[in-house]
Amino acid sequence: MVVLKLNPINRQRWQRFRNNRRAFWSLWLFSGLFLLSLMAEFIANERPIIAYHDNTWYAPVFFNYSELAFGGDFDVPADYTDPFIQDLINEDGWMLWPPVRFSYRSIHYDLPSPAPSPPSTENWLGTDDQGRDVVARLLYGTRISILFGFTLTILTSVVGVAVGAMMGFFGGKLDLFGQRVLEVWSSLPTLFILIIISSMVQPTFWILMGIMLLFGWMGLVSLVRAESLRARNFEYVQAARAMGLGNTAIIFRHVLPNAMVATITFLPFILAGSVTTLTGLDFLGFGLPPGSPSLGEMINQGKNNVRAPWIGLSVFFMLSLILVLLVFIGEGVRDALDPRRTR
Amino acid sequence: MTATQPLLQVKNLKQYFPIKGGFFGATVNHVKAVDDISFDVHEGETVSIVGESGCGKSTTGRSILRLEHPTAGEVRFQDRDMVSLTRSELRRTRKDLQIIFQDPYASINPRQTVADVLMEALDIQNIVPRAQRRERALSLLETVGLGTYQIDRYPHEFSGGQRQRIGIARALAVNPKLIICDEAVSALDVSIQAQILNLLKQLQRDFKLTYIFISHDLGVVRHISDRIIVMYLGKIVEIADKKSLFEQPQHPYTQALLSSIPTYDPKTKTERIPLRGEIPSPIDPPQGCRFHTRCPYAQELCREEEPQLLPMENLQAGHETACHFAGELPERN
Repeated sequence: MVVLKLNPINRQRWQRFRNNRRAFWSLWLFSGLFLLSLMAEFIANERPIIAYHDNTWYAPVFFNYSELAFGGDFDVPADYTDPFIQDLINEDGWMLWPPVRFSYRSIHYDLPSPAPSPPSTENWLGTDDQGRDVVARLLYGTRISILFGFTLTILTSVVGVAVGAMMGFFGGKLDLFGQRVLEVWSSLPTLFILIIISSMVQPTFWILMGIMLLFGWMGLVSLVRAESLRARNFEYVQAARAMGLGNTAIIFRHVLPNAMVATITFLPFILAGSVTTLTGLDFLGFGLPPGSPSLGEMINQGKNNVRAPWIGLSVFFMLSLILVLLVFIGEGVRDALDPRRTR
Repeated sequence: MTATQPLLQVKNLKQYFPIKGGFFGATVNHVKAVDDISFDVHEGETVSIVGESGCGKSTTGRSILRLEHPTAGEVRFQDRDMVSLTRSELRRTRKDLQIIFQDPYASINPRQTVADVLMEALDIQNIVPRAQRRERALSLLETVGLGTYQIDRYPHEFSGGQRQRIGIARALAVNPKLIICDEAVSALDVSIQAQILNLLKQLQRDFKLTYIFISHDLGVVRHISDRIIVMYLGKIVEIADKKSLFEQPQHPYTQALLSSIPTYDPKTKTERIPLRGEIPSPIDPPQGCRFHTRCPYAQELCREEEPQLLPMENLQAGHETACHFAGELPERN
């Protein structure tokens, strides 16, 4: 594992996490899955990773090459799935293909049976009802789900922790006012607002993120607020104040580290929640723009094509795997950071 | 005492805490934790504040430090009013006033090493150049009797007495003039108490420190103080020199307190003055003399009129008592 300079307390926690075999293996599996999905272009793509033609190296994964480069007739981007281009390249060189020769948006035109077609040697998990490869879509869908989840988790935590720390630390009117705002804000029906907004604008990744951040930052506030409300009366906080340390420094150095344990414990669960929410929105059709690889959209397809169980089952297993792993990791983190088990 | 300007003057200090309740959290009543007290502290002396729990002695300390905002009154430190300081002025002034807390386990952040704790203090003070701060931290550790090899350890690796030494080192790091010791040795066992008290005395000599020593332990107070303030229910009942107070206590409450000190000699029979009843509520303190509900000598006058803190004529200068019948009561001790 990474050699980090950890203080003894954190080293003990890491050790305790490692001893929880289920959580530890879940962390590895999840990291592996995430890494795999990050490298989706090298695993499932309609272009070769590397091509060697006429004593020249090409990297079609990264660059667009014109057909002319390979001796084609027109100045258009080369379509590597076209047998004509393939022949041209193979005549005087070779191509290194990824294991799955489809991207999330590439449509397989000569399927043996009408789409959705069942698993075959070419499409390991079959295709969806538009002739797109299920493996490729799963891989890209997983990536976008996890990335969305991570970003949303980080952003909501930052906002939530900041607001919570301020409310708890300064207390008084700010706290009282903040709590009322929180109560009103968290009782807004997020889903309906999302539906209304997506009927007006086509949500992109970042618009969706913004909306979900706007209505999702409250999760950690009460937790961090309670922690810093407690921490501001600690004697070492008082001592720091008596020494003349500023409020900001006190919050960052003495209050937040206390709240961190509670916060970090919640992160895997928030991540799991974010993934589920995005999937749900995509399922309902209010999520990412059409055509994006998304687990929710695939669930919808699975529902619409009950006769093609490979779609529904694959996405069901993938989603379950992600969520189960996250929950296992979360449980491990929670037990490892349990303050009642210090030393 | 010398006739120079006192280092700290407390004038008519009041610290009330509102009790919220009722309709829309209106203030229903106040806990009168500290109710109109005045005293001076001169440079280099040790003034102790004693009294039973809840009498307002810790609150007095916290109000002086401006950890609480006083309800009324004045706290003049080096002839500057602490209560009216702006925030940035307050931060600068706070360096001169430090506090050592009771619980050595709660007063140090468990996530910081000793180095972090001391460096933080040195950063705030910002006099020692950055490069020399670690050296200064090491010398501070030596000053309080800890080994320099312990600088990178975490608080849980220390005993209670050692932690209290870290707390003292932290207070010293900003070169304060006045240190408030809030029950600084109460949580330690007796042998360690003696060590810490001697350390405090030695530091006082070396750095010309002034202490306000808050304690309920009269044995400790007798060991370290120059002057003693006895508080009861938010009021000062007696101020005197240590010698004068221990030999000729005037207020019946002080007499009762002193009679409760255990003696080392089993043969001497001291007459103990038991105090009847509980300490009354500071929300609604008794009319007249606050002690009259428990005072063995209470008269009609005590129930009606509040006694003022007045100097005693036949005793040493500076011995003041708040009792209508001071000097007329039977001599105790």
